[in-house]
Amino acid sequence: MNSKTMMYILKRIAMAVLTIWIVITVTFFVMRAIPGGPFLAEKAVSEATQRALEAKYGLDKPVMEQYVTYLKDIVTRFDFGPSIKLRGRMVLDVILDGMKTSAKLGVFAAIIALFTGVVLGAVAALRRNKFIDKCIMVLTTAFISMPSFIMGSLMLIVFSVKLGWLPANGATTEGLILPVIALSLSPMANITRLTRSSMLDVLGQDYIRTARAKGVAPVKIIFGHALKNSLIPVITYCGPMLAYIVTGSLVIEQVFAVPGIGRAFVSSITGRDYPLIMGTTIVLALLIVVMNLVSDIMYKIVDPRITLE
Amino acid sequence: MKKNPFSLHVDMDDFLPATDAEKEYMVQMRPSTTFFKDGMKRLLRNKVATVSMIVIILITLSAIIIPAFWPYSYDTMLGVQPGRPVDPSYNNLAPFQYGKTELKRIAAGETIFPHIFGTDDGGRDYFIRVVYGTRISLTVGFFASLIVLVIGITMGSLAGYCGGRVDMFIMRVVDIIYSLPDTLMIILFASVMKETLGPIIENSILNKLGSNMISLFIVFALLYWVSMARQIRGQILSLKEQEYVLAARSTGAKAGWIIRKHLIPNCISVIIISTALQIPSAIFTESFLSFLGLGVNAPMPSLGSLASDALNGITSYPYRLVIPAIAISLVVLSLNLFGDGLRDAFDPKLKN
Repeated sequence: MNSKTMMYILKRIAMAVLTIWIVITVTFFVMRAIPGGPFLAEKAVSEATQRALEAKYGLDKPVMEQYVTYLKDIVTRFDFGPSIKLRGRMVLDVILDGMKTSAKLGVFAAIIALFTGVVLGAVAALRRNKFIDKCIMVLTTAFISMPSFIMGSLMLIVFSVKLGWLPANGATTEGLILPVIALSLSPMANITRLTRSSMLDVLGQDYIRTARAKGVAPVKIIFGHALKNSLIPVITYCGPMLAYIVTGSLVIEQVFAVPGIGRAFVSSITGRDYPLIMGTTIVLALLIVVMNLVSDIMYKIVDPRITLE
Repeated sequence: MKKNPFSLHVDMDDFLPATDAEKEYMVQMRPSTTFFKDGMKRLLRNKVATVSMIVIILITLSAIIIPAFWPYSYDTMLGVQPGRPVDPSYNNLAPFQYGKTELKRIAAGETIFPHIFGTDDGGRDYFIRVVYGTRISLTVGFFASLIVLVIGITMGSLAGYCGGRVDMFIMRVVDIIYSLPDTLMIILFASVMKETLGPIIENSILNKLGSNMISLFIVFALLYWVSMARQIRGQILSLKEQEYVLAARSTGAKAGWIIRKHLIPNCISVIIISTALQIPSAIFTESFLSFLGLGVNAPMPSLGSLASDALNGITSYPYRLVIPAIAISLVVLSLNLFGDGLRDAFDPKLKN
């Protein structure tokens, strides 16, 4: 790794930190813009109670001071304060609780999407314009054109309600099968198309022809030369894929009643649990930004030819 | 006189005026084509794109026309008549079934317009709700991309043309916005604006649209212009080095004129393509928000809110989910395919 790459990585990290700071700031001030403040909206309480509540949550201090405290709590202790609807629970606990299930869901969905996507894309590229290629392309187009919650609900109808093969409730391990598949279909379709086009690109390169002319076994050409090189663009998709999986899980968890962070988030929106909304937004944003950072840096390290800005 | 092969004397025979027969060669047989005509020709040759264009036109036209003459409206609860108790026989009708009073009227010899898709749990004709929902979804998609288009073009051409510090500043802003998680930001804004915007727009036309849709538009205006701006900037950066821009500048053309008359028309293919692909993304976002309960205000339907409402009765009335699901997929699929076709037709360089 040369100094130019180092500079790029440092710059990218600085950018990510800035992004996180902006997310926290925007979240904070947007929440403060709610009439009555995030903690007290809709409640009709006596003035004394209100003042006591404000003192308890530190809302009687100037906004800038509140902001600094909020920022400091997050940076030093990862503390988002208490939830206002779930009595006696801290926002962080709710998030960590949900993460246990959601992480399982997301990681499995990502692995399935990557694996099936790459295989299908490679098959489509190797059988270009044949029947199987066309089938794969039609299927992936359909998967991309359907919102994830509709995909999930249709799968729910077919596999749980009509056929009764899998449970409709996602609270059990067996019940996670359908949500994982529903969540992985759209990123899988994207990876398939990405792999296919980059594989076609690589297969047209001179070094493949050279390898063929030397008499290298076709299997070795496909796996050793072509597939390896065509996976590089897939790396860049890993960041956006995670972003998709995170936001997709918000709705998929709702459809299948998975007790994860997505469901906590959605119920915090409908229940107007503002500290929980803020906390979840920031944590999910952190996740997405870090994954984008990692996939960008990986991309540059894997393929040093890529010009660095 | 004998001609010296090395003489510089001009042979006047070489400079005779052309005869009519010779002029014929120079006549352009085919009429010259414009950029738009050329692109359309290529587009119409692409079967997939043509079919999806026809599908889009059909869907759009029916979404506009059908509500005008359909005997039911999207928000009339058929079981509710003024001065009478609510008639529950109208709720959750299966397709082509009728309510009690309607059955009586049919027995009396009247013809009643059928409920093609039945009714929903409030006794509202489901077919017209789907049609109306399609209309709302298309409108949201269209206006959201229009906003993105206007802001994206302005910022992109400013950055590309001015260069220097302006470019630097705009591109840093673009970089930052690019790295923000957009869906989360939309959810955040939508959930807050419900409170903040609600009282402000209460008595205006905007109220019918709902604060959620306005926040969707605001977020699109704030966040989604960046990729359009990036593309336009890239295009303009390469275009402004062209000779004709130099020529225009040396004849004293002002910056605004050059941007409007020379640079933007040459970016038109990028603009058309990314606008066409922006619409399905906006429709997706709207349906996603509706699903989270942050979509259009009830009783106004959108395809997303219809699908998410249908989830409650999914075991008894699965067709109520399937219908909007098909509609949404059809719209998004044909818009995507049409956008791809547009790209191939108007920007053939990109194809390979």
